[in-house]
Amino acid sequence: MSRAPLIVFENVTKRYGAVTAVDDVSFEIGAGEFFALLGPSGCGKTTLMRLIAGFETPDSGRILIDGQDMAHMPPHARPVNMMFQSYALFPHMNVARNIGFGLVQAGLPKVMIEARVRELLRLVQLDGLGARRPDQLSGGQRQRVALARALARKPRLVLLDEPLAALDRKLREETQFELMRLQRELGTAFMLVTHDQDEAMVMAERIGVMQAGRIVQAGSPRAIYEEPATRFVAGFIGEANFFEGVIERVEGGRCFVRLNGSGALAQALFVGAPSASVTLVVRPERMLLELMHDESAANLTGVVLDSAYRGDREVAQVRLADGSMVRVARFAAEAAMLPERGAQVRLSFAPEAAWVLPA
Amino acid sequence: MSKPSFVRRAALLFGFAFLYAPIALLALYSFNASRLVTVWGGFSTRWYVSLFENEQLIASAWMSLRVAFVSALLATVVGTCAAIALTRFGRFRGRLAFSSMIYAPLVMPEVITGLSLLLLFVALDIPRGFWTVVVAHATLGMCFVAVVVHARLITLDRSLEEAAMDLGATPGRALLSVTLPLAAPSILAGYGLAFILSIDDLVIASFTSGPGSTTLPMRIYSQVRLGVTPEINAISTILIAMVALVLVAGLALGLTGRGRRA
Repeated sequence: MSRAPLIVFENVTKRYGAVTAVDDVSFEIGAGEFFALLGPSGCGKTTLMRLIAGFETPDSGRILIDGQDMAHMPPHARPVNMMFQSYALFPHMNVARNIGFGLVQAGLPKVMIEARVRELLRLVQLDGLGARRPDQLSGGQRQRVALARALARKPRLVLLDEPLAALDRKLREETQFELMRLQRELGTAFMLVTHDQDEAMVMAERIGVMQAGRIVQAGSPRAIYEEPATRFVAGFIGEANFFEGVIERVEGGRCFVRLNGSGALAQALFVGAPSASVTLVVRPERMLLELMHDESAANLTGVVLDSAYRGDREVAQVRLADGSMVRVARFAAEAAMLPERGAQVRLSFAPEAAWVLPA
Repeated sequence: MSKPSFVRRAALLFGFAFLYAPIALLALYSFNASRLVTVWGGFSTRWYVSLFENEQLIASAWMSLRVAFVSALLATVVGTCAAIALTRFGRFRGRLAFSSMIYAPLVMPEVITGLSLLLLFVALDIPRGFWTVVVAHATLGMCFVAVVVHARLITLDRSLEEAAMDLGATPGRALLSVTLPLAAPSILAGYGLAFILSIDDLVIASFTSGPGSTTLPMRIYSQVRLGVTPEINAISTILIAMVALVLVAGLALGLTGRGRRA
C-alpha cells in the first residue's frame, strides 16, 4: 500500500464471555481508501467496525487512527463517523437538523451549519427536502440522509454498516455507483461492512475477508477472486470447484496433479513438492466442457444434471463419475450453448485456470 | 367481528353503569339546590359558591395541588433516572434485584408504605408537614414513572444514542438531545400519573402529614364523618373532572408518542 495508513489494527482481540468476536486481528486502511470488510454473519465484522467507532474497547491490542492510540478515546472524540444499518435517523428532528446534528455538537456558528447542510443536501441530491421528517421519506432517501449526516463533519473515515441492505435490488445497484462517485470526489476513506460479496467486489479497492474473528485475506477484488488464500475465501467469493489430488511430478514451471476420485491428470502453473497433497480451485467460468464422442480419451467425465439460462450467462451442474459435483458457467454471448440435461460430457481446464492450495 | 348481540350490549352497559353511575350521581347531586344530599331540590350552583367560601376546604385543596405538583416533579426525575439506569447500563451487578425492587411499592399495601414512612420520619426526627407528604408521595409516584418510562425506553433503538455520540455528542448531550426528547411523551404521562396518585391518596398522606398539611382527601374524609354536605359533592366533582382531564391528556400524549415511533 503506497498511501500512509489511516487506521492501524495491531493484534486486536475482543471477547464476549467465551466467544472471541475479533481474534488477534492486524490490518491497515489507507487514507482515502475504499475498504470492504466482507464475511458471513457472526464473523466479527460488526464488532470490528464498532471497535473503530469506539462503541467497544479491545481486550488486547491497539487501534491507531492517524498514528494516535484510540485506547482512551470516547466515540464522540474520534475522527470517524458511522452510517448505521438501521440509519438511526433521529425521528424527532427534520432532515436538515439530522444532517446538522454533528455540526451543532462541534459548536459551529449557525450560518456555517446552514450552508454546510445545504451543500450536503445537494451532494446527496435531496435539495429542498431539509424540512421533511425522516418518516416522510422513502427508504432510498433515508439512506441518503444517513450518508449526508455521516459526511457532515468531514471525518477521516466513514464506516458503512450494511448500507444497502434495506434497499431493493435496482436501487442498490444505483446506490453502489453513487457511493463510489462520492467517495472518489471527497477523497474520504470508506470502510464498508457487508456480507454481500457482489457489493464488496463492485465498490471496494481492497477487501478484507473475515472468518471466525480473523481476517483471512486482504487484497484487491481481483487478487481475492483469482488467488484466494484459503478454501473458505475461494468458496465465499464467487463460486468455485475444488479438486483434491496429489502432485505427481513438476516440469517446466507446472505441476501434474493426479486427482483423487476421478484419477484424471490435471496441470497447474505451480511448483510444489512431489507427492504433496493439494487442492485445485477452478472457477465455473473457466471450466471447459465438451460433448463426449470418444469415451477412451477423457478421464474427467460426467453427466449434466441441470443447466440454466440466466441471461448474461448459462450455468450447469455436472455430476462426475465419482459422484462429486462440478459447476460450469459460460457467458451467454459465447456462441456454443451448454449441453442439455442428461448429456454425457467431458470436462477439463487449462493449467492457468487452476489455483493451487495446500490440501 | 360480528355485530354485538343484545346480551353483549347489555353486559357492556351494565359494566360501565357499575363503574360510572355512582360518579354520575355524585356529580348530579353537586348541583342540587337542597341541603339534603339525597333529595333532589332543583338545579343550583350554590354549593360551588359556598365551596369557594369554605376556607378550610380551599386551603386543603391548595395543599393537595402543591403536594401533587412538587411530589410528581420529584417522582418524575427520580423515576426517569431509574428507568434510564435499568435500560441503559446493561447487566450491572444486582440489576434484577433493583428492577424487582422498583416494582415492589406498586403492589405494597398503602397502609404499610405509609406506616413505614411514618416510622422512618419519626426515627429521623423529622417534623411531619408539607415536605414529608411530598417525599412519601414521590416514593410511590416514582415507581409508576419508572415503569412507564422504562416501557418506552426499551422500544427505542439503541443505535440512535450511539449515532448521537458518533456525531460528537458526549453521553450527556446524547441523553438530553436524543433519548429524553424521544421519551418525553412517556415522561409527561408518568408525571400525570404521579400527580393523580398524589391527589388521590388518603392513606399515605394520613400517616405522613402533620398539623397544617391536611390534604383534600383527608379533609373530605374527616368532614364526611361528621355528615355529608353537598359541598363535598361539589369538590369531588371538581376533583374527578381534574383527574379525567389529566388522564385524557396523558392518553393523547401516549398516542402521539406511539404514532411518532412508526
